[in-house]
Amino acid sequence: MSEKMKRTKEPLIRTVKIAERSKRETMKLRVIAFAMALLAGGLFILLIGFSPIELYGTIISGAFRSKMAIQATVKFMIPLLISSLGVTLAFKMRFWNIGAEGQIIMGAICSSYFALFHSDWPHALLLAAMFAAGFVGGGLWGLLPAYFKSKFETNETLFTLMLNYIALHIISFLRDGPWKDPGSSGFPKIARFEANAQIDKVLGVQFGWIIAILLVIVVYVYLKYTKHGYEISVVGESQSTAKYAGMNVKKIILRTMILSGGIAGITGMIQSAGSDMTLASSVAGGVGFTAIIVAWLANLNPVSILWVSFLFSVLEKGSSVMQSTYGISTYSAAVLQGIILFFILGCEFFIRYRFIVRGKGGVRQ
Amino acid sequence: MSKSNETKYAIELKGITKTFGSVVANNNINLTIKYGEILALLGENGSGKTTLMNMLSGIYYPDNGTISVAGEEVAISSPTEAIDFGIGMIHQHFKLVEVLNAMDNIVLGTKEKYLKPKELKDKIQNISSKFGLEVEPEKKIYNMSVSEKQTVEILKVLYRGAQILILDEPTAVLTPQEIEKLFAILRKMKEQGSAIIIITHKLNEVMAISDRVSILRKGELIDTVATKETNEKQLTELMVGRPVSLKIERPEIEKKHTVLNVVDLSVMNDDGTYALRNVNFKLKSGEILGVAGIAGSGQKELCESIAGLMKVKEGAVLCNKENIIGKTPDEIINLGISMSFVPEDRLGMGLVGSMGMVENMMLKSYKNNKGFFIDKKPSRKLSEELKKKLEIVTPNVETPVRMMSGGNVQKVLLGREIESNPNVLITAYPVRGLDINSSYVIYDLLNEQKKKGVAILFIGEDLDVLLELSDRIMVLCHGEVKGIVDAKSTSKEEIGLMMTGKSMEGVDQDE
Repeated sequence: MSEKMKRTKEPLIRTVKIAERSKRETMKLRVIAFAMALLAGGLFILLIGFSPIELYGTIISGAFRSKMAIQATVKFMIPLLISSLGVTLAFKMRFWNIGAEGQIIMGAICSSYFALFHSDWPHALLLAAMFAAGFVGGGLWGLLPAYFKSKFETNETLFTLMLNYIALHIISFLRDGPWKDPGSSGFPKIARFEANAQIDKVLGVQFGWIIAILLVIVVYVYLKYTKHGYEISVVGESQSTAKYAGMNVKKIILRTMILSGGIAGITGMIQSAGSDMTLASSVAGGVGFTAIIVAWLANLNPVSILWVSFLFSVLEKGSSVMQSTYGISTYSAAVLQGIILFFILGCEFFIRYRFIVRGKGGVRQ
Repeated sequence: MSKSNETKYAIELKGITKTFGSVVANNNINLTIKYGEILALLGENGSGKTTLMNMLSGIYYPDNGTISVAGEEVAISSPTEAIDFGIGMIHQHFKLVEVLNAMDNIVLGTKEKYLKPKELKDKIQNISSKFGLEVEPEKKIYNMSVSEKQTVEILKVLYRGAQILILDEPTAVLTPQEIEKLFAILRKMKEQGSAIIIITHKLNEVMAISDRVSILRKGELIDTVATKETNEKQLTELMVGRPVSLKIERPEIEKKHTVLNVVDLSVMNDDGTYALRNVNFKLKSGEILGVAGIAGSGQKELCESIAGLMKVKEGAVLCNKENIIGKTPDEIINLGISMSFVPEDRLGMGLVGSMGMVENMMLKSYKNNKGFFIDKKPSRKLSEELKKKLEIVTPNVETPVRMMSGGNVQKVLLGREIESNPNVLITAYPVRGLDINSSYVIYDLLNEQKKKGVAILFIGEDLDVLLELSDRIMVLCHGEVKGIVDAKSTSKEEIGLMMTGKSMEGVDQDE
């Protein structure tokens, strides 16, 4: 015993979880993280032999230098913004929908049916039908895992993930078979949409950006001021509380996943008919996964999602310009993006925990 | 431990101060405890008892002041180190591995060499007999009663050589008979030279077990008195800071009629055993029917099956002649049956922790607003009213309820249920972990409802309170009703016996 009684010191540094940080502190930490990301990224640029200031300048100017550059940036932003809003609905409910990718594709497939086979309809009617079909396609693809979850308690993470691959292969099937463009001289691809089935441009960019901004407002109001939004928050916090309050939890899960998938489906419609002008297997192109990062970085707040997806698009467009201007390999740009993401996501740790240096006392858990 | 310890203090705290941001949780606390002494730590919720004990057990580190163990100044930076110094804490919620047996739980986490089961068993039995503990080393934890589990917890710290024991509300979950047994063990440990600190809200227990009492109020040490020279009234005054009447009212209501009639209610557990078996009782308007029973005797199932949250195997629950079994929780709420269950973690399923009072107020009533949108105005008004009426302490009504202290959370929960003007109010453990002041606010609230003619089912832990507050007491044991007795004529011992399985002829099985 006496040996054990020796004096021990408080450890030099220990981590403690904090209950809540003020919004201001959180913001400050995020800004610091961003600055440090730029610094670390700068070091990396120096190492590969370029001037960081010049390269960063290129990223910014690459995204904004001309009207066309700005339009391209916005074009990147539209699908990312809309699908982030979609997954946010599910995440608020603690339903881990990582199947936005597949829901985007199914939305694109359903709307493409009208674009390919009913292109003689009046323009407004055709676009409305495509819009509705996109929503329904994505919504049903989202409903499927929700139904099995509420009926048989299946794991929604795996379920939604696997549905992504099924959706992807459905496109390949259509491209190689029933929807193959007869005029493509043997090369498997789906025909380009006729002008009548393409989304019109407003200010030089397809009007998908207007839909995206409208959706920001709609999702914000829906989550914050409607009964449905209230139910989503309660179910997300605790299903037993929701049942206790007399809520129909299954119905809420099904309804929310239709909406979540449906919004992702709209992304597919807008991407195929507004940017690609055809149904390509790259219609989602990883946006459904990036959307998850965007939604969480924005803390599931629709207005923040608008800003975060904007920043992501600037980075995306700017680094593509950087690549072509300086002949830097694609991978270097990816490394730079990775560094920035690493710092911003890493800062979440400092938002939730804090370090206590020896002798500085503790903090409430 | 060497003999010289007898002249030293087991623990000496000097000028301990601990702040959390702007809140001073402990301010300049001086406290001593000798070996062979039982010290009771008394104080309302938020008076800093837990913080102080957490510093002793290595969870927090003090901002200022020194801790000495056995005369030597020490720094305790983790619970493992605390046990190295001979300080063992027994928490209110057991930290045991259910599927292992007592022996395995006791040695779990110790760094010593593996002992053969037989040697280990001998060693444990040696310790047990030394302190008068009764335990079957090979019994699995999930087969144990609450009291047995507690014994294992005590053995766990004794096995690690603890000379100083801290018990956080150890009696909350025990029957009167089990409490007596625990106290006998504690007295035996005291004789063997252990120092014991016991945290409790129950004054009669303080009087029965302790040698000295230290009273904390708002983070300050108010006084330390010898138990022999004090009484319950003085202790309450020291604790609250002003004189308080300790009598719980029991208003008499004329004209009662049956509101809820539970007939042959049976509910199954997941493993196929009965959670409730043939439960029969009638709940009348203007009465408080107390429900006594050891934790896990079917209280939760009873609440949840009446609220429509649990599948019922057999039987009926008639509310004004209408069977409510098979109705959805929503329909049952609309019939005016309100349930508030305060679980161990306080928030449980009645409240949404991340939401403020306003949004919690509308948890059950948000549907009443027509249209697609929610209307927060009425619930904001209600929140402000409740905050004033029940003296709920919160920065504002939008502060997440999980940031509020336990007592305030419970006031929010019960306040909302009462404001919905129920016919039947089911409330489980509404004063769980509350200090005297807040508890009396809750009792007053319940009595107010009773006078209005509400039928109240009160599921409680503290038998003294059940005896004073209820009109009748129903005793549950293993999901069966062991009897319904008149609270005015029964005794604590009688109820204690029924809680452990002895059937009594109920005074009003049926009329």
